[in-house]
Amino acid sequence: MLSLNSVSKTYADGTEALRDIRLDIEQGEIVALVGGSGCGKTTLMRLISGLDTASSGTIAVDGDVITAPHPAVGVVFQEPRLLPWLSVADNIGFGLHHLPRAEREASSDAALERVGLAGYGARWPRELSGGQQQRVSIARALVPKPKVLLLDEPFSALDAFTRASLHEHLLTLWAAIRPTVVIVTHDVDEAIRLADRVVVMQPKPGRIFETVSVAAPRPRDPLGLPYEKAKRRVLHALDRSLQTELKVTKPAPQAGEAALWW
Amino acid sequence: MSEQSLKQEHDNAAPPAPRSSVMRRVSHYALAFALPVLLALGWEYAVRAGWSNGRLMPPPSRILDAFADLAQSGELWTHILATLMRVLAGFALGAVSGAIIGALSGVSDIARRTLDPSLQALRSVPSIAWVPLFLLWLGIFEASKIALIAVGVFFPVYLGVSGAIESIDRKLVEVGRVFRLTPFQMVTRILLPAILPATIIALRAGLGLGFMFVVAAEFMGASEGLGYLLVDGQQMGRPDRILAAIIAFAALGKICDGILVILTRPLLRWQDLARSKL
Repeated sequence: MLSLNSVSKTYADGTEALRDIRLDIEQGEIVALVGGSGCGKTTLMRLISGLDTASSGTIAVDGDVITAPHPAVGVVFQEPRLLPWLSVADNIGFGLHHLPRAEREASSDAALERVGLAGYGARWPRELSGGQQQRVSIARALVPKPKVLLLDEPFSALDAFTRASLHEHLLTLWAAIRPTVVIVTHDVDEAIRLADRVVVMQPKPGRIFETVSVAAPRPRDPLGLPYEKAKRRVLHALDRSLQTELKVTKPAPQAGEAALWW
Repeated sequence: MSEQSLKQEHDNAAPPAPRSSVMRRVSHYALAFALPVLLALGWEYAVRAGWSNGRLMPPPSRILDAFADLAQSGELWTHILATLMRVLAGFALGAVSGAIIGALSGVSDIARRTLDPSLQALRSVPSIAWVPLFLLWLGIFEASKIALIAVGVFFPVYLGVSGAIESIDRKLVEVGRVFRLTPFQMVTRILLPAILPATIIALRAGLGLGFMFVVAAEFMGASEGLGYLLVDGQQMGRPDRILAAIIAFAALGKICDGILVILTRPLLRWQDLARSKL
């Protein structure tokens, strides 16, 4: 289980990026984080991945507190971030350096096959398309068998068709290993296609506004009623999260003016 | 899916490529040599026809004769070897120290702020300005020459390496952090491969400067070397020897650069491929 315990993050320049995030995610659950820009989604991902540390509160995977990058957490970034000087197979095996070569090659071959890129192992990353590179990046994160897979807007740079096929790939991979998945996205459809729970966040400072459970069984039919219902609830929550933000911010300048006037 | 068709496309595309690229290469070289060959033939004809006496501007045949003379008497090889040894010694010294200090100032902020301003100031000192000082300090023999060449090689290598380290993609370093690399692994698996292309370009620039500085070094009283051949040709009134030495410099520099490129090519295979496809 991935548990976030009143996690807050304030940057050195005083910006409060996250305030009191409490969230428990079951092993094997897929959770999508959505929200307007500046609501701390990416900050939260960086905290869970251990690349940054929380100002207060704790993050734990099965009771193991995360303070630095942890073997139980795999990360897929917004860009593929493949190492251009390694072949595709070596990129996938990057996190398996401690294993003997034969074992490493076997598991990267298996991973290539699972993401539909069998036979591409000897190529250079530059020879692949953006969607293929991102598939390699997902394979690289999954090969060390993490308990938690983090994806930070992984498909936002891709076209709609590539994105749809990558959703399929991701769900197939997930079904095979059943890691906990946390995915940040701008795309409400993407969130509902993939996630068991959609967490709507609110900016300034970043907080959890509402959590929407998606009850529709997989594979999900985007034209079906449960899908439509869930989408409406998320859109409605997003709308309200921005409205309350306006309500909160409006009185503030007035108070400031009053103070100045005096 | 399209993997099969991709492979087929690749196979179909491969056979005609070598033939057309050979043709292109031949025409490429033909064009490159057309101008110098034409000029040389024209000059040769002008001297033979008596339009010019060719004393100060010797025709190509005289330059070739001078070359052959020098080669037969064994002088040419002594001079080439002397120059080559100086360049290599100076290059090794300058490249190693430039890489080490460049790495230091690329990695450590304090090192950069203390070292970089002084080095940038020294960099703008003209090479010849060092000659009197090195002569006083190191004497008139090899040490002063090698030191001068090392100074010339040092700066491009220093700048190239420190710049490459500064501009390493933070995003790739984060990939290393996510996979919990030790500091040593971070250097060998991310930093070194990342700075390799820029470092090799810096080494090539350094080698080029080494060949420039060796002439300055050999002007300051040498008894052998291609630079000495230049001075000697001037004093003896032998422009054909001067031109032979210049041509030898051109060939030597080009060959050394070529060897450096060939030696480092396997390290940059991942780059070459992308470039040849563009």
